[in-house]
Amino acid sequence: MSEVTLVVNGRKVSGAVEDRTLLVQFLRENLGLTGTHVGCDTSQCGACVVHIDGKAVKSCTMLAVQASGSTVTTIEGLANGADLHPVQAAFKEHHGLQCGFCTPGMIMTATDMIRRHPDGLDEATVRAELEGNICRCTGYHNIVKAILAASKTMAKASKGKAKKAA
Amino acid sequence: MYSVNYHRAASVADAVKKVKAGDGKFLAGGMTLIPAMKTRLAAPSDVIDLTHIAELKGIKVSGKTVTIGATTTHFEVANDEKLRKACPALAELASHIGDPAVRHRGTIGGSIANNDPAADYPSAMLALGATIVTNKRELPADKFFKGLFETALKDDEVITAVTFAVPAKAGYAKFPNPASRYAMTGVFVAKGKDGVRAAVTGAGDDGVFRSKEIEAALAKKFEASALEGVSVPSKNLMSDIHASAEYRANLVVVMAKRAVAAASA
Repeated sequence: MSEVTLVVNGRKVSGAVEDRTLLVQFLRENLGLTGTHVGCDTSQCGACVVHIDGKAVKSCTMLAVQASGSTVTTIEGLANGADLHPVQAAFKEHHGLQCGFCTPGMIMTATDMIRRHPDGLDEATVRAELEGNICRCTGYHNIVKAILAASKTMAKASKGKAKKAA
Repeated sequence: MYSVNYHRAASVADAVKKVKAGDGKFLAGGMTLIPAMKTRLAAPSDVIDLTHIAELKGIKVSGKTVTIGATTTHFEVANDEKLRKACPALAELASHIGDPAVRHRGTIGGSIANNDPAADYPSAMLALGATIVTNKRELPADKFFKGLFETALKDDEVITAVTFAVPAKAGYAKFPNPASRYAMTGVFVAKGKDGVRAAVTGAGDDGVFRSKEIEAALAKKFEASALEGVSVPSKNLMSDIHASAEYRANLVVVMAKRAVAAASA
């Protein structure tokens, strides 16, 4: 057993877990954050993607103890109260989901992708960056549309902020 | 996953001490070890996390020598400005390993120590004539890779860094498996002060290897056209549901051409 201490969605949490506990199990079962999904158990599907210290990782491929001391953001931590995060809003607007199982991972991957490409994204880049996320419903088309739209909205918003600051 | 004890090493010496305690394994990014433990293909009694040891991290380019710390992630290798200037082929290679989430965790030392026959990094190390630095010794890549998932590493030996001389030219091209995206054949070519070296991953039935045929042709002229008509024997190449040995032999030449073209771009 080990003591795991994390900051999850801005809240300090801790718990004693078996060392073999995966981070995704800790999030879902200990913290009740069931928005993070387990789709494949073989590190391929990306339904379990969360951000650790600001970077997208697969929470099914990491022990909870490995993450101890880190700051974690899950899908539950993206929206600001009732206001959806721009990526969530874009997935809704562009119908970037059908059954919704892959959606939390898709959105966490998308927000990480947009952060790493502040100068904007093109379709080929979005498709290449979605390598680690599998969707068995949509054929990806609307997911790609949603990510491109969110990238534009977020670029505009940050330019607006920069103008205000200046 | 079977029960396991996790330890976070504070230093290389601490890691070595802890790994000796049981049937322990070093854990870097865990992008292979954790999935293997989940499917019970690996069941170490202890895992010793190397990723919090500061001295194992980071990329240095001093003069003509590149040094990459063992726990430097694929993401860091892909995006390092100095490395992108010194050896863009290696940064480019790192940017196509796995997927973005895997690149945020997976490390160069972990990949080399695991020596998966379809991993990308071993071919780069072999073609660049890199030196694998451990807590015990410095090994040339030629003596490090020993076959499928086999290396010269001892159980209590930790890779601390890899170093290589900046090549005059280098390029990498792979044919990814359409499902797994692992290299079905990947070729890294490098032209350095010791001549031309070409290493092949994903194709050999004993893991990464240097291709004499490709090297001889490129030594005459380091251009894709020098590989016209060159053939590589299919003996000792892998045959599986994805590709026959003959198909892979052809891919070696095609990927070598693309790698040389990328090196000259």
